[in-house]
Amino acid sequence: MLQMSVNSGSDAAPHSAVARTLAQLPEGEAGVLDRLELPDDIARRLMELGFLPGHIIVPARSAPGGEPRVYRVDGSEVALRRETASHLILRPSNGKVSET
Amino acid sequence: MSDCHDCAGCAVAVAPALQKGARTHVVAIIGPPNSGKSTLFNRLTGLRQKVANFPGVTVEQRVGKAKMHGATNHNDVVLVDLPGVYSLNPRSEDEQVTRDVLAGTMPGIPKPDAVLLILDCTNLGRHLVLAAPILSLKLPTLVILNMADDLKSRGGHVDTAELANELGSPVALISASKGQGIEKVFQFMEGTSAGTTSLAPPRVELPVLQDIPRCRQWAHDVGTGAAYHAPAPPIWTRRLDSVFLHPIAGPLIFLIVVAGVFQTIFKGARPLMDGLQAFIQTSGQWIEHTLPPSIFRSLLVDGIWSGVGAVIVFLPQILLLFLFIGILEDSGYLARAALIADRTMAKFGLQGKSFIPLISAYACAVPAIMATRTIENKRDRLATILIAPFMTCSARLPVYTLIIAAFIADRPLLGHFFGMQAGALLGLYVLGFVAAIATARLLKSSILKTERVPFVLEMPPYRWPTLRSLGLRLIDRSKVFLRRAGTVILLVIVVLWVLENLPVKNGQPPAIADSFAGMIGHAVEPAIKPLGFNWKIGIGLVSSIAAREVIVGTLGTIYHSEGTSESVGLRKALQSDLSPGGAVALLVFFAFAMQCMSTIAVVRRETGGWKWPAIQFSYMTFLAYLCALITNEVVRSGIFT
Repeated sequence: MLQMSVNSGSDAAPHSAVARTLAQLPEGEAGVLDRLELPDDIARRLMELGFLPGHIIVPARSAPGGEPRVYRVDGSEVALRRETASHLILRPSNGKVSET
Repeated sequence: MSDCHDCAGCAVAVAPALQKGARTHVVAIIGPPNSGKSTLFNRLTGLRQKVANFPGVTVEQRVGKAKMHGATNHNDVVLVDLPGVYSLNPRSEDEQVTRDVLAGTMPGIPKPDAVLLILDCTNLGRHLVLAAPILSLKLPTLVILNMADDLKSRGGHVDTAELANELGSPVALISASKGQGIEKVFQFMEGTSAGTTSLAPPRVELPVLQDIPRCRQWAHDVGTGAAYHAPAPPIWTRRLDSVFLHPIAGPLIFLIVVAGVFQTIFKGARPLMDGLQAFIQTSGQWIEHTLPPSIFRSLLVDGIWSGVGAVIVFLPQILLLFLFIGILEDSGYLARAALIADRTMAKFGLQGKSFIPLISAYACAVPAIMATRTIENKRDRLATILIAPFMTCSARLPVYTLIIAAFIADRPLLGHFFGMQAGALLGLYVLGFVAAIATARLLKSSILKTERVPFVLEMPPYRWPTLRSLGLRLIDRSKVFLRRAGTVILLVIVVLWVLENLPVKNGQPPAIADSFAGMIGHAVEPAIKPLGFNWKIGIGLVSSIAAREVIVGTLGTIYHSEGTSESVGLRKALQSDLSPGGAVALLVFFAFAMQCMSTIAVVRRETGGWKWPAIQFSYMTFLAYLCALITNEVVRSGIFT
C-alpha cells in the first residue's frame, strides 16, 4: 500500500479501536483508509475526491437524521451516505494514527 | 501552432462566436468543480458569452469573447468554458467532452491555442492532480491559483515562481471573485495570441496518468517543492455548518428558506407583475386607439399583444426564483440543502441533488430540467427530468386562478386567513407533488432502477455571492425566457388567430364555431366530452399544448371577452358554459398534463432524443385524461354536494 502524508493532521484524534469501516468511525475521530470495496468507477470517483488508501479521514457533522455524513478528507469536505461509507475499509489501528 | 489555425479555418459547423476566421485565437478554461471556473469565465467575458450544447451531447457549452485591453493586439480571443472535472479519464460525458475539446476532435470547436487551468489554491494538493494530464498535452498553459484572498487570510502560502519553474508553465495567483490578479491572465492570453509565449518543459516528471494515488503523490511533491503550506481550515464555514446542519436548527432554517423562497415568488413578485400587466394593457389600448380598425390591428392587439403579454407577466417571478437559486448556490448553502433533503428524497428513490431542480420546477420546468445537470447519476437525473413537469409551475397559475375564482366559493376554511379558494389552490400544488413522487417511485422501482447510488457531494466553503455573478445569471435567464415568449408562444398565438379568423365569408371573419379553430374544437369534442369539456374548451386545450397559460387567452377570445384583463366577464361566461364537474376535471387535467412545448423541447435536448419526451408526454396526458374522467364522474354523481 502507498504511504502518503498529504493530509493536514489538525483534526487527528486517537483512532477508535473498534471501527472497521468509515461508517463505524465516530464523529471527530481520525481513521486511515486501507481500501475501497466498491465498483471501479465509484472507487475512482471517490479517489479523485481524496479517498485514497493511506489518507486520514475524519468524520464531521451529519445531516439532521444522521444521514448522509460529511467527511473531512484531503483538505475538503465530502458528504457520503452510510451505505457508501461502509464499503470504505479502515486500517486496523495500533493505538494512534501517525502521519507517515 | 500553425495546424491550429488550419483547423480553425476548416472546422465544420463552427459555433457563431467562433466564426471570425483564421485569426481567431481559442483559449480553453479548465478546472475542477468549485475552483471558481465560472467566476473567472464571467470576469473575462462579461456579457459577451453564449450558452449552447456541445454537438451530440447534453453537456453545456459556454463560449465567450475576452475583453482584450492590449492596444497592440487586435486578435479576438474566444474563450471556451469546459465542464468542471477532476481528471481526463473519460468516464463521464463531461470528461469525454473536455478531452475531445482539448484534443481538437470536438466538431465545431477548433483545437485550443492555449489553456487556462484554474485551481483552488486553498486545496492545492488535491487540485494540482489535474495539472498532470493538462500539462502532458503540451499546449501553452497558464496555471491559475484562484482564491488567493482565502489562502492569505487563512495563513496559507505558496511560492508561485518556484511552482512555475517546476511545472514549466507560468503561474498566476488571483482572486477571480474580487478581480485581483486578473491582468496576469490577460497578459498571458495576449502573449499566446501574439505567439510570443514559448513552452518550457516541466522540470518535474509527469506521473502515469491512470494511477490516481501516483498522481496525488506527484501533486503533493510538486506542492512541497513550491513551499506550499495549506491554509488553516475555514473557521467560518465550520461555525455556519454547526448552525445550518444542527439537528434541530438545521431543518428549521431549511424550511424557513424554502418557505421564504415561495412567499417571495408569489407575494413579492405581485406588485412587479401587476405593474407589468398594467403597462401591457395600457400600451395595448394605446395601440388600439392609434391604429385604424383593420385585420392587422386585431392581430396585433387581440392576438400578439395580449397573448405574448400574458406570458411576459411571469418574468418577475422567474427572475426572483433565479435570484434565490443564485444566492443559495453561490453562497454554498445549496450543497447543505441537498444534504438535508437527501434522506427524505431517498425514500422516493431519488437523492438530495434532485431537490433543488424540483423546487425550481414550481416556477418553471424548463430551468428546473436544466438544473438537473448537477446530478451525475444518469438514471437519477432522468427520473428527476421526467417528474419535474408535475410540479405546479407558474404557467398553471393563471389557469388555476381563473377556474377557481369562477367555480369555488370563497368561504372560510381555516379561519379568515385561509379560505376555500386558497385551499383548492394548495390542494392542486399537493396533487402535482404527489403525482411527482409517485411517478418517481414507479420509475425507480422499474425502468430506472439503480443498484447502488453513491451520493457523493463536495461541501464547498461558504462565500459571499457577488452581485456581478448574480446579475449575469439573471440577464442570461431573462434572455432565455423572452426568447421563448418571442418565438414559440408568439407563433402559436398567430396561428390560433389565423385559425379563428378563417375561412373568410363575405369578407367577414366567421363566427368562432364556424372557423377552422371551431372545427378543430368540434373534432376533439367527442374525446373530451366524458371529461365534461365542450368544444370551446377543446380549442383551449389544443392551443395550450404550446403553453398552458395560452388557454386563458384562447378562452378569452372565444367567449368574446378580453381574456385576463376582464376576467370577470370570462368567469361569468365559463360559469354558464361549464359544469362544476367539468371545471374541477379541467383543473385536474392541467395538474397532470404536459401542456408545454418548451418543456418538451428542453427534455429532448437534455435526454438527447425524442424517446423520453414522447414517453413522458404520453404518460402525463394519459394520467391527466384518466384522472379528469374520474373527477368529472365523481363530482357529477354528487358525492360532495
